[in-house]
Amino acid sequence: MTMQTVGRPTRPEDVQPLDSGFASLTGGRGLLQDEALIFERDGWGKTGVDLPAVDAAADDLGDLVRTSPIGLPGLSEPEAMRHYVRLSQKNHAIDLALYPLGSCTMKHNPRLNEKMARLAGFADLHPMAPLPTIQGALTLMDRLSHWLKTLTGMPAVALSPKAGAHGELCGLLAIRAAHEAKGDPRRRVLVPTSAHGTNPATAAFVGYSVTEIAQTDDGRVDLADLEAKLGPDVAAIMVTNPNTCGLFERDIIEIARLTHAAGAYFYCDGANFNAIVGRVRPGDLGVDAMHINLHKTFSTPHGGGGPGAGPVVLSEALAPFAPAPWVVHGPEGLTLVEETVEEAAQAFGRMSAFHGQMGMFVRAYAYMRSHGADGLRQVAEDAVLNANYIKARLSGVMTPAFPEGPCMHEALFDDSWLEGTGVTTLDFAKAMIDEGFHPMTMYFPLVVHGAMLIEPTETESKQELDRFCEALIALATAAKAGDVDRFKGAPYLAPMRRLDETLAARKPRLTWKPEPGVAPAPLAAE
Amino acid sequence: MRYLPLTPDDRAQMLGVIGAATIDDLFADVPAAARKSEPFDLPHHAGELEVERELSALAGLNRAAGAGPFFCGAGAYRHHVPATVDHIIQRSEFLTSYTPYQPEIAQGTLQVLFEFQTQVAALTGLDVANASMYDGSTACAEAVMMARRVTRRKRAVLSGGLHPHYAATTQTIAHAEGMDIVRQTVAIDAEAAVIEAIDSETACVVVQTPNVFGVATDVTAIAEAAHAAGALLIVVTTEAVSYGLLKSPGEMGADIAVAEGQSIGNALNFGGPYIGLFTCKEKLVRQMPGRLCGETVDADGRRGFVLTLSTREQHIRRDKATSNICTNSGLCALAFTVHLSLLGETGLRQLAAINHAKAQRLAKALAAIPGVEVLTKRYFNEIAIRLPGNATQMVEALLEDGIVAGVPFSRLDPAAGLDDVLLCAATETTLDEDIDAFAQALSRRIG
Ligand SMILES: Cc1ncc(COP(=O)(O)O)c(C=O)c1O
Repeated sequence: MTMQTVGRPTRPEDVQPLDSGFASLTGGRGLLQDEALIFERDGWGKTGVDLPAVDAAADDLGDLVRTSPIGLPGLSEPEAMRHYVRLSQKNHAIDLALYPLGSCTMKHNPRLNEKMARLAGFADLHPMAPLPTIQGALTLMDRLSHWLKTLTGMPAVALSPKAGAHGELCGLLAIRAAHEAKGDPRRRVLVPTSAHGTNPATAAFVGYSVTEIAQTDDGRVDLADLEAKLGPDVAAIMVTNPNTCGLFERDIIEIARLTHAAGAYFYCDGANFNAIVGRVRPGDLGVDAMHINLHKTFSTPHGGGGPGAGPVVLSEALAPFAPAPWVVHGPEGLTLVEETVEEAAQAFGRMSAFHGQMGMFVRAYAYMRSHGADGLRQVAEDAVLNANYIKARLSGVMTPAFPEGPCMHEALFDDSWLEGTGVTTLDFAKAMIDEGFHPMTMYFPLVVHGAMLIEPTETESKQELDRFCEALIALATAAKAGDVDRFKGAPYLAPMRRLDETLAARKPRLTWKPEPGVAPAPLAAE
Repeated sequence: MRYLPLTPDDRAQMLGVIGAATIDDLFADVPAAARKSEPFDLPHHAGELEVERELSALAGLNRAAGAGPFFCGAGAYRHHVPATVDHIIQRSEFLTSYTPYQPEIAQGTLQVLFEFQTQVAALTGLDVANASMYDGSTACAEAVMMARRVTRRKRAVLSGGLHPHYAATTQTIAHAEGMDIVRQTVAIDAEAAVIEAIDSETACVVVQTPNVFGVATDVTAIAEAAHAAGALLIVVTTEAVSYGLLKSPGEMGADIAVAEGQSIGNALNFGGPYIGLFTCKEKLVRQMPGRLCGETVDADGRRGFVLTLSTREQHIRRDKATSNICTNSGLCALAFTVHLSLLGETGLRQLAAINHAKAQRLAKALAAIPGVEVLTKRYFNEIAIRLPGNATQMVEALLEDGIVAGVPFSRLDPAAGLDDVLLCAATETTLDEDIDAFAQALSRRIG
């Protein structure tokens, strides 16, 4: 090993291989703690809050009062802090490194947005507080609506859906209501084979049967197949654009025309809006309804699985069927239409209690204002540039699923380049973890064998992209050189080795239970 | 533009590597007619200071619940959340991570979910809980559709005490799926009436306790009647703190329990994001909607956690999935779990007792006002009162006295003919002085 020049980063070739024989005495792993569950910490009876004593009795409730123990342990405040901070350290996060999950748009989450959502006027605001006390909230919803409508070129928006899939549900319910209003209930929804699972699941939820549309060799909707399958019983098509292969549907305007000519509506899955925001308006493409994942395009954090928000923009034809509630301008300021009576006679109903994900509206609006119309356009350009850069740099070692022409915001590879290596897409993904990167989306879309879908987003620097590409090139080279153990056993360096998902499903253990033979949790100290 | 790392130089170099002359070349697949060459008619980018100024001004137009005496509930409750909770949920590793599909680098989120599922199952007295739904109302709708899958029957009976928004959400969503939803006449304390409506076609009955008028009910007899007819009992709760004082749905025979979990760990947020709790008996687990976290081992034999039983879910089963849900309320679940771990059983029971005591004080103070009738007899932390006149007008009048008196029932359900009914909640955040001020102002306005 050669000595480093002072002040220079360590080069990979200077690092000694791991001494695999080493084991700590206690099972410890450096500072990464093995953390017991809260149920395994003798916290029965403990509490980490100081509450005043109560003198009143609950005798008015008679035998409605709980008499058996609940079974909840407690932690003092320092223990709770440490427990959850330790757990946090076992997670990857966008704040740590690139998070190239295709279709998920894992971009930077500005902390200004968090700060704004926590202003008392938003966070400590009750959804049913009297109208004069919520004018700021309604104004924000109104401004957010204006931005969403302007960016999409659509005349109306329903804010209340709580995530993308909930937005799909909202859009299809509006479509169903529109057909029913014409006395022409239809039965089928057409969905391309490359669609996200929520599309067919939502269509089935709304009572439609799903027919798949084929894809062309260049990764787009097959127009001939679409035409053949459109008919008087088709209520809608659901097409993602840019699609889940990361490609723009070149024939989108023709797709819309054919759909409308058959009396059906065009639902667009807007999960990939980040690729075109500020440059293309879905309204100009003939779309009738589209959800926008605020937790993708507009940077609200994913939070380890949620919450999101999925407002749906609607065309003139569908707008009358939008669900309650919505904001209207009245003589005494803004007001809410909350019930599907009178003014809202055609509304199809209600998506959930209250008015939608206000906390996400604040964050998304802060993000839009920060970027502005000019910045959002740049977002799309940089997102597309970054994806094409990755595609260009990796095409020498991996096989792009659709080599011809540019991709949009994500680069899709198949696994043909792994043929004969004994390494699968899954193995390759797990080996990426050892190199310090979160894997890309794997095995989606289903139309591409062993799919690897890489979405860098616009918030990555060129340096980070280069590091990422170099890591993937090194791995690809190792796979082709027969270094199979590196992949089959991966990950080696993560907080855990590969987890047995089959075992988990075969013998589901979904809650903690005391060891057999050990007395159940003692009753909390009264 | 502070969120964009690429420099003009980077962009030029990268275009070179790609082999494109301009950025427009990368958008070549967009039909020419749909390309916008100019930024849209919206303001241009703004600095933190400007954005903060605009949003603070908007927030300032609202009256925060904490600004004075405040009694709104009706499915969203103002509770104190320990500072630790907000710190934890703002940790980068929790806030900015995705759904834990790569379990080796997501054990933090996964272990939290396992703790969350165990806590929720314990609270509701049922066997298994999922990793959260969007909110209580959508959890309710999903429970009804699950009952259809389990029983292969189409009819659902909703009690008249179910929160009108929950009823409307369920009607909207479950109806679309082809269910026949029977909503009973709105009534303050008539949950037992659902028994009459159960027949051999009934998939489930849905009963809320405490109900939208605050009435707590022992649903044991309803469970027996439902089971005798081969139907499931779904118990809905909108105030999760009540589990600390009242018998759990499981103890009373529920097959599925759903709840709004906002009260634990989560702010009011003007209605969202919230967190739907979803639990059921073990034998029904394969019909459950949503994600589930389960225990397993890694290649070295160490315990770890993964998302499991995903053959129920949309990404595997597509149009045969039990639900279309994907993104859920993960971070709200974390807040719930951290807050509940801090409370522990001791703290939760105490918190529940305080809430109930505050409501007793509120009920007593309001009952003493001539012309006011307290309609809710057995309550947790919320009561319905009947006023001598229109409740919406009274709320507006009391606002002039600086008091937010509660939620007029007619705002939730204008068609119910209960224009004189006001829902009033009290929690540990309610001061005794607030109650006194409310009672005095109300008595002055009536008198
Ligand atoms: C293409 C596509 N459609 C729909 C969805 C569903 O969105 P959500 O998870 O917000 O429900 C996703 C995200 O997971 C997606 O990638």
